[in-house]
Amino acid sequence: MVQSIVLSGVAIGCIYALIGITYNVMFSASRVFSFTAGTLGMLGGVLGSLFIARLGLPVAVGFLLALAGGVILGIVTEIVAVRPVLKSLDQHLYVLSTLALALMVQQFTAIEWGTEARPFPRLFDFARGGFDQQFWLPMLACAAVIVGLELLYRHTLIGRAFLAIAEDTYAARALGLPERSLRMASYAIAGAIGALAGFAGGEMLLAFFGNGPMLTFYGFVPVALGGMGNNRGAVVAGLLLGLFQQTANFLVGGIFASVAVFTVFIIVLLARPEGLAGAAVQRRV
Amino acid sequence: MDTPMAQVRPSRADVLGATSALGVALPFLALLVIGVAFPLFGGGYWGVIATRACVYWVLVSGLNLVVGFAGQIAIGWVALLTLGAYTTSVLVAGNVTPELSPYLALAIAAVVGAVFGLIVGLPALRLRTFYFAITTLGFATIVTQVALAWQSVTGGGVGVAGPIFPKPFDSQWGFYYFCFGLAAICTWMTANIAASRFGRALTAIRDAEVAAEACGIAKPALLALVFLFSGAVAAIAGGLFASLQSYITPDAFTLDLSVLFFIAILIGGRSSILGPLLGTILLTVLPEFAAPLVAWSTFLYAVLLLVIVLAMPGGIAELLDFKNRRPLESGRAIVPRPELLGRLLAAPAGAGALTLEQVALAFGGVHAIDGLDLEIRSGQIHGLIGPNGSGKTTTLNVISGYYAQQSGTVRLNGTALPVLERHRRAHMRIARTFQTPRIVGSASVLQNVMIGGTIDGQGTFVESLLSLPRHRRDEAMLRDTAMLALAAVGLERLAPVRADRLQHSELRFTEIARALMLRPVFLLLDEPAAGLSAEEIRRLGALVVAIARAGTGVLLVEHHADLIFDICHHVTVLNLGKNLAAGTPAEIRSHREVVNAYLGG
Repeated sequence: MVQSIVLSGVAIGCIYALIGITYNVMFSASRVFSFTAGTLGMLGGVLGSLFIARLGLPVAVGFLLALAGGVILGIVTEIVAVRPVLKSLDQHLYVLSTLALALMVQQFTAIEWGTEARPFPRLFDFARGGFDQQFWLPMLACAAVIVGLELLYRHTLIGRAFLAIAEDTYAARALGLPERSLRMASYAIAGAIGALAGFAGGEMLLAFFGNGPMLTFYGFVPVALGGMGNNRGAVVAGLLLGLFQQTANFLVGGIFASVAVFTVFIIVLLARPEGLAGAAVQRRV
Repeated sequence: MDTPMAQVRPSRADVLGATSALGVALPFLALLVIGVAFPLFGGGYWGVIATRACVYWVLVSGLNLVVGFAGQIAIGWVALLTLGAYTTSVLVAGNVTPELSPYLALAIAAVVGAVFGLIVGLPALRLRTFYFAITTLGFATIVTQVALAWQSVTGGGVGVAGPIFPKPFDSQWGFYYFCFGLAAICTWMTANIAASRFGRALTAIRDAEVAAEACGIAKPALLALVFLFSGAVAAIAGGLFASLQSYITPDAFTLDLSVLFFIAILIGGRSSILGPLLGTILLTVLPEFAAPLVAWSTFLYAVLLLVIVLAMPGGIAELLDFKNRRPLESGRAIVPRPELLGRLLAAPAGAGALTLEQVALAFGGVHAIDGLDLEIRSGQIHGLIGPNGSGKTTTLNVISGYYAQQSGTVRLNGTALPVLERHRRAHMRIARTFQTPRIVGSASVLQNVMIGGTIDGQGTFVESLLSLPRHRRDEAMLRDTAMLALAAVGLERLAPVRADRLQHSELRFTEIARALMLRPVFLLLDEPAAGLSAEEIRRLGALVVAIARAGTGVLLVEHHADLIFDICHHVTVLNLGKNLAAGTPAEIRSHREVVNAYLGG
């Protein structure tokens, strides 16, 4: 029993962490939190099921097409919902514009794909004991993304440019970095990560249009608790969230597990608004 | 000799005020007549639609204070509708308690809704906008999950029957009038709030939070009241909704509904009651005219939201605001009337002093101010000059509580001021202006100035909600004082104009008028002359001199050395956060180091 709680807790935690990283990658490039983060996760599951189960494409092709779908949505987010409002004086407009886009994608999915939760295809035939692919796929995806981002940020020139933009946009622009292209690239990467989260977690979450708002919320919890833009914090907080949720699920049942997550989220945020790992920033007047 | 009051209120503004009061009430009266007469020409199905519009508006009216006025992005408000619907239905059905009367159940639902409105709102009191948006979204997801899973109480996916209200509200039109009546009351109450110091304070929190704090507006307390109210009416709407549906399941409360409520407000426009009301009616009725589009309605709402955000942030309310399209006269001059200050400031009792003792504050390794001593006496003007980065504005921000000094004390008449706690400065009658004017652009100049007197109102939120006598006295008092302050700074002719149409110099004087509303003992001016013409600077100087003569101590942070030397009693020169020199203007002008470092030889 403990084993299954830990397995499912870590697996679902990895999905939350990946959505959290999706938020962070977009945030680092633009100082914007986008409501499309959870939508990307939803889309990864739906597209995977569409390409592999319904259209019968090979797993690898379906996987790449699902990621491509995420990349496209990421880029569309940047062009439609982020770029037009970045210059605006009202700094909260991005909340509305990204929400609008997320709703459009969600409704489109609901109409074209249907409002039923559909099964996600099994990708591999072998299973070893309880360590099923529905558990190890999210973990593998999460590990791959962490390693990939680490390599990208630390060991490539373009990765350092991303960091420079995240650290100080004005200085980076003054140094001649192509801020807009880098931002687009960040959103494309974030789109791929979000879709990967949904694809890897497809068997647990199913291909369901309603996963969007759910992932948008649960994926933001690691960001808020781990500190904005902090990927390591997001992974740790995501895993904790997954374990906490599954334990509560087992101990008090499904209804109160989600209530417990929500309550803990609010209490922690009120006690430490900058997150468990973040530092307070003094406001400029 | 003409009477002062007649001087203060020019007839033109009076006429404008009278016509606009009628103009504001007219659309509401028209809607009231249409609503009352509706059963005469509406068919059975249209009765359901009209009832639904009323129910939605009961919720949206409260949400409007949260979203439209306070600017808090609450996207999951359907959760409170769900909560109210289930609470009412379950109590009436007697699943957990003895069967209750629908009215009692509705009242209990309102209390439950108020409590949960506050809980969901808590993050908004401290955190960034996006956090609050996400929290409401999370709450909406969870409430539906609980409704689905808690079968013994909610009936799970099977659902529960909605309450039926007793005679005379059990017939279709009886229930319509019940809902219409509640909707009308909600309209009236929220319109009262909108026209009160609370409504103005909410818009100040939304558009100029820093200025709101400087005016003594305590954001957490005010927002908590609004969340309580908004949660209560949302839950009442839920009870009505359950009755209208006659049977509720969790499926009835999708996020689509939340989106509808939210977008109704944004289409309507911020800080408006009429706009969101029209928006709610529009969005409720529209799908009925375009039946094939029903499946796509939420998609279209989302498109609409994007279009509004990108192209038309003002919404319907701005489209209907004909008054503010009239061009303003060009070449208008600001002519302050300092002689009015005596009545406005009413000579604060006794002389006092605002003193800084060895105040130090470093940002990282940079010593913004480094052991600063300063004394500002009431009735005197104290100039603070120095090169860029010498710590002038930082000093002002420490005094007004925006920065916490790392050592040293700020004292008012010998009592140490609490560190931070900026909104309490206003209660100590310390007022300030800002380097970049912080103004609510969509409010009128008069309303902006009235914001400055928020803490002087006596009535409570509930009194304003119900427009009781104390609320009306407050409003009359604030309006008169604000007109006087505007006349004193020379802007009374612009009182009814939207503030974002003003020129930069006029905004500076508006901020001074707002600060004067506090009848300040000490007034802190942060570069008030920046961007003003030579003539305007001269008039500003005369105004500041008159303010000091009325007994207020003034701290003047300025770059215009001429202004400083003309009007200050005492000047302190800062360099690298330290006191370089202090003395009378004559002493400073001949101070060798100052001349070298700053004034130029």
